[in-house]
Amino acid sequence: MTMKTYTNTGDKDTRSGFGAGLTQLGQSNKNVVALCADLIGSLKMGDFKKNHPDRFYQVGIAEANMIGLAAGMTIGGKIPFTGTFANFSTGRVYDQIRQSVAYSGKNVKICASHAGLTLGEDGATHQILEDIGLMKMLPGMTVINPCDYNQTKAATIAIADHQGPVYLRFGRPKVANFTPETQKFEIGKALHLMSGTDVTIVATGHLAWEALEAAKSLSEKGISSEIINIHTIKPLDTKAIIDSVSKTKCIVTAEEHNHLGGLGESVARVLSQHLPTPQEFIATNDTFGESGTPAQLMDKYGLNASAIVNACEKVIKRK
Amino acid sequence: MANTQHLTNLTTQVRRDILRMVHKVNSGHPGGSLGCAEFFVTLYSDIMSRKEVFNMDGLGEDLFFLSNGHISPVYYSVLARTGYFPVDELNTFRLLNSRLQGHPTTHEALPGVRIASGSLGQGMSVALGAAQAKKLNNCKHLVYSLHGDGELQEGQNWEAIMYASGNKVDNIIATIDLNGQQIDGSTDDVLPMGSIRSKFEAFGWVVIDIEEGNSIAAIQKGMAKAKAETGKGKPVCVLLKTVMGNGVDFMMHTHAWHGKAPNDEQLAIGLAQNAETLGDY
Repeated sequence: MTMKTYTNTGDKDTRSGFGAGLTQLGQSNKNVVALCADLIGSLKMGDFKKNHPDRFYQVGIAEANMIGLAAGMTIGGKIPFTGTFANFSTGRVYDQIRQSVAYSGKNVKICASHAGLTLGEDGATHQILEDIGLMKMLPGMTVINPCDYNQTKAATIAIADHQGPVYLRFGRPKVANFTPETQKFEIGKALHLMSGTDVTIVATGHLAWEALEAAKSLSEKGISSEIINIHTIKPLDTKAIIDSVSKTKCIVTAEEHNHLGGLGESVARVLSQHLPTPQEFIATNDTFGESGTPAQLMDKYGLNASAIVNACEKVIKRK
Repeated sequence: MANTQHLTNLTTQVRRDILRMVHKVNSGHPGGSLGCAEFFVTLYSDIMSRKEVFNMDGLGEDLFFLSNGHISPVYYSVLARTGYFPVDELNTFRLLNSRLQGHPTTHEALPGVRIASGSLGQGMSVALGAAQAKKLNNCKHLVYSLHGDGELQEGQNWEAIMYASGNKVDNIIATIDLNGQQIDGSTDDVLPMGSIRSKFEAFGWVVIDIEEGNSIAAIQKGMAKAKAETGKGKPVCVLLKTVMGNGVDFMMHTHAWHGKAPNDEQLAIGLAQNAETLGDY
């Protein structure tokens, strides 16, 4: 069996991909403004601030105000990018996003770093695992969770041209960087990573790399896996999922998020309506996180390649 | 300056609109609406520099944001009667498929409205954002906003109030409707807030008092004074002392009519106290 191979060109943090994308946007789009709630270094917004001080707004530790300011700045044609941790970008300001951004239809880009368990040692207060669910429930909100540095940079640039509110989710740890340095990012379009016949693995965020690693182990066991990277959780590329599952007849979804409200649930809804299919979920199981290194946490909470392999073997038996 | 008699007539007509709108659907918020009728009429007819055709970006004109969205009846009435949409549409207030939702929204594309409000405490931040966009766009016009006094109990306001002075947002005039009432009683009973003037001053704002917030002349004078304070490096706050339910005697000086509609008999009394001037819708 021959498999398409991907090369990790060197681990990089997705938040730096965001920072690089924002830097480029600063030069290419004069309407882009950036707001940050006292986390310039963490969000890698320093270059934008240095290059465009007139379009950068340090709002202090006041996220609710930041969301409202951003909504107001769209009135006058600005395209605000807000930056803080995922927890403070969503749960803390849900009502502000709901009324002043989503219901009001404002062109705000909510950019959220340190999502999920893998921010690591800071622990559960900062490790939000519910943010995708919160954001995808808002009518009109686009939800994007890129898989590596290059994809995050491309997504950051792409959302500036999308009219409407966007939630862009990325993280702190350095993860494999394997998608092309130059790529066209199409919102709502799945990325087909590998063709296979026995099982479909749909992965979002850095779990896409774990899925590719899992595919190698599965191949050694004689199992052919098809891998799809879903970077846009809403709107979901339902066709890509249904087309693949029509062939493989079973699916594993993988994400660094609670299984309640995440990508897996969105996929299950689509399949239950169009093509009922055995599905296994790589996700956290309705729990808070804890302190630890990213690798330790991914292992303990079953979010890595070996967990994906086990899930694939299990789901194939359910066909 | 607009003709004073016209402003008075318009205010009376707006009061009638408010009473008839909430009576028809037996819901809505007449108390705060009536208390701010003179302010809205004066702001839209005499103070703001506005373009005739509504454009969301509002470049080259003054903007207004209503933060305490529950007083939508007065907002809708004044928007309609200053040309943003047909006055007859006031008939659809709070009805299914209407652009005049219970609380104002951009969602149904109602001309004149630039943000949804209703969940309290968010309008100050939005108004400040719009004010900063005006500066980026080199637009010299001002941003006006209105907030309830009870609404100041929401913490987001104080994030915004702190931000405004820290960032010298001096092209905003935020007005606080000081009627001293909220749903559960007087603001002093529900949550005493102390001196609102001292708080704004401590946060670095210029504060202008309008003691007679139901007097058109006093509003004109106070808002002119506020306008003169803009562009000097500090945000400007107007403390507008109003009487909730103003113009309908049994609704005045009480929180009872915050969110309650008059019955047929009460409507008749209220309308009798405010004779038709410019024609009912």
